[in-house]
Amino acid sequence: MIGAIIFVVVFISSFAFFTFKILKIRRNILLGQNVNLSGNKGERLKTMLMVAFGQSKMTARPVPFILHFFIYAAFIITQIELIEIVIDGATDHHRSIWHIVEGSFLGSIYTFTINFIEILSVLAFVATILFLSRRNIIRLARFQKPEMKGWPSRDANLILFGEITLVTCIMLMNSSDVALQTMGVFQRTDTLLVSSQLAKLWEGVSMDNLMLMERIGWWGHMLGILGFMVYLPFSKHFHIFLAFPNTYFSNLKPKGQLTNLSAVTAEVKLMLDPNADPYAVPAPDPNAAPVKFGAKDVHDLTWKNLMDAYSCTECGRCTSECPANITGKKLSPRKIMMDTRDRLEVVGKNIDKHGKDHKDGKSLLGDYITEEELWACTSCNACVQACPVNINPLEVIIELRRDLIMEQSKAPSSINTMLNNIQNNGAPWQFSPMDRANWAQEMNT
Amino acid sequence: MSTTPIKVPTMAALAAAGETADILFWVGCAGSFDDRAKKVTKAVVKILHHVGLKYAILGTEESCTGDPAKRAGNEFYFQMQALQNIQVLNMYGVKKIVAACPHCFNTLKNEYPELGGTYEVVHHSQLLQQLMDEGKLKVAGGSFKGKKITYHDPCYLGRANGVYEAPRDVISKLDAELTEMKRSKAKGLCCGAGGAQMFKEAEKGNKEVNVERAEEAMGTNPDIIAVGCPFCNTMLTDGVKHFEKEATVKVYDMAELIAQANEL
Repeated sequence: MIGAIIFVVVFISSFAFFTFKILKIRRNILLGQNVNLSGNKGERLKTMLMVAFGQSKMTARPVPFILHFFIYAAFIITQIELIEIVIDGATDHHRSIWHIVEGSFLGSIYTFTINFIEILSVLAFVATILFLSRRNIIRLARFQKPEMKGWPSRDANLILFGEITLVTCIMLMNSSDVALQTMGVFQRTDTLLVSSQLAKLWEGVSMDNLMLMERIGWWGHMLGILGFMVYLPFSKHFHIFLAFPNTYFSNLKPKGQLTNLSAVTAEVKLMLDPNADPYAVPAPDPNAAPVKFGAKDVHDLTWKNLMDAYSCTECGRCTSECPANITGKKLSPRKIMMDTRDRLEVVGKNIDKHGKDHKDGKSLLGDYITEEELWACTSCNACVQACPVNINPLEVIIELRRDLIMEQSKAPSSINTMLNNIQNNGAPWQFSPMDRANWAQEMNT
Repeated sequence: MSTTPIKVPTMAALAAAGETADILFWVGCAGSFDDRAKKVTKAVVKILHHVGLKYAILGTEESCTGDPAKRAGNEFYFQMQALQNIQVLNMYGVKKIVAACPHCFNTLKNEYPELGGTYEVVHHSQLLQQLMDEGKLKVAGGSFKGKKITYHDPCYLGRANGVYEAPRDVISKLDAELTEMKRSKAKGLCCGAGGAQMFKEAEKGNKEVNVERAEEAMGTNPDIIAVGCPFCNTMLTDGVKHFEKEATVKVYDMAELIAQANEL
């Protein structure tokens, strides 16, 4: 009874904390500029099912795809067994669903499901070990980049150790359960493929110790799952939730298409209008917000850019395909997204502490992301293509460049030369526009 | 190579004669001014002339699409260019455009419609493919037989707009052996010129992007590296020179290859 009460309290408070954190993250994301991504529901749903649920972009790298799929599938399917674990915990029962379904058709589904979970758990266990060795023994290059030093690497390892603990606990629970069944203590289930093998290890262990092991397994798994949930919003592992909305709100336009700033259009149209009075002062609109071009800080980005940042699991596929990064430049698209999230977290904490108008004198551009990184980008879209959850680092890079150029007039001198040439000669090089068709004359002789 | 003079019609001249063109050839700044890219421009014109398409250029009325300004972050300069170009294009009632530069192609196709310029825009690889499919353009095989060609995907044609097959279809008509680099199609590696990089020094690093890409291309032991973009052309030509292989490995635009095969 005490156990059940403790369980219910822990369970409810974990959920409450998780909800609290989710609402914080939602608030942070909504600090971004509005962008209407509500249309094309069918195509959006399809993209989400393919990319997030179906993991379609993971297949580009087959080995990690398979290993990741084991963990992903095990995680999803284990939630079914979790239902029984939760009911057991709250009601102080043992295998309460089995009690109901035993002997019926549903009973065979129960056995099939538990066995399915057991096999996937073993596969996930193996995958986790391989993932850990990839990071810590093989030391795969994309996990050793400068932005992965410290917390990001610890975060990744913590999650992997957490997964090992979860699988170990559930296997401990089921195998001691099977051993107790043989002793006649617990009601018999049908054969559980993996735990019946493991139960052989427990031959000679006393009934009391087996009971204790079963409880350790149960509580370990339950607290592990709840701990995992509480930890998620602090971790890059949050992608397991945000991958779904983030792919739903994917960019559906061609990757080469950048946004046109409508504030600029109005201005340029006025400049090009021969009938416009250049000295006319436009009627001031008291409600108009000052027009700003590009992004200097996170709140200048769109909410989708900010959701991208929270969806990033720091796998580094973007960075490993980035031509700038491959050739030793400072730019790493993954770092662009990690910086955006880190900055947004700081801005969020400032709001919690000092109210929503607080300024800490820092900004994403300058204090987190440097000009050198931004100017290394070739806008080739390799990072956008590589991301398994359709994050778009290029959009952030372009928005920051817009601030550099249009708000701060800061650009490498060669870029300024190119811009001046476009304005004066209608070409990025210094040629006379009158010579534009000289090649055609050459063809006519 | 024949040297028959070709008079390239301009939209203005056609309009003055009360005529219109079926398709506008958007030459682009590189194609107009860069000596290497001008050869590609001429090859495209020769093909258009050869198949008897009713085409025209804007001539001195063409101006930069604004792509490098936009990618550098200067939306003002981009829209100044875009709105002026759209005025000209709409004045001539242009319906269809072919561009020999993926950057122009991308900007005209994707970024102009919202500003009032909606046209059917194709890259020259797509036009060549279409002409071949319709039987209007036949490729005299033979001259490339036994040659190895590898094709480099331009980012703004491939990933940016999903055009991977048209260039390969066109090249495959040459009767040569088309070999793929490890990083091709959606995984193609940039030449290093996009996003206004063409006009600036590279940031500090340990290698030039074009050298990395040229190295990969030469790893397929090609006789020819085929491209579909004037910037990729420059970058890869320089990359090949870096390895002092310019005598054995040639960088050509696919339009040049087709023109060569047909001895235009």
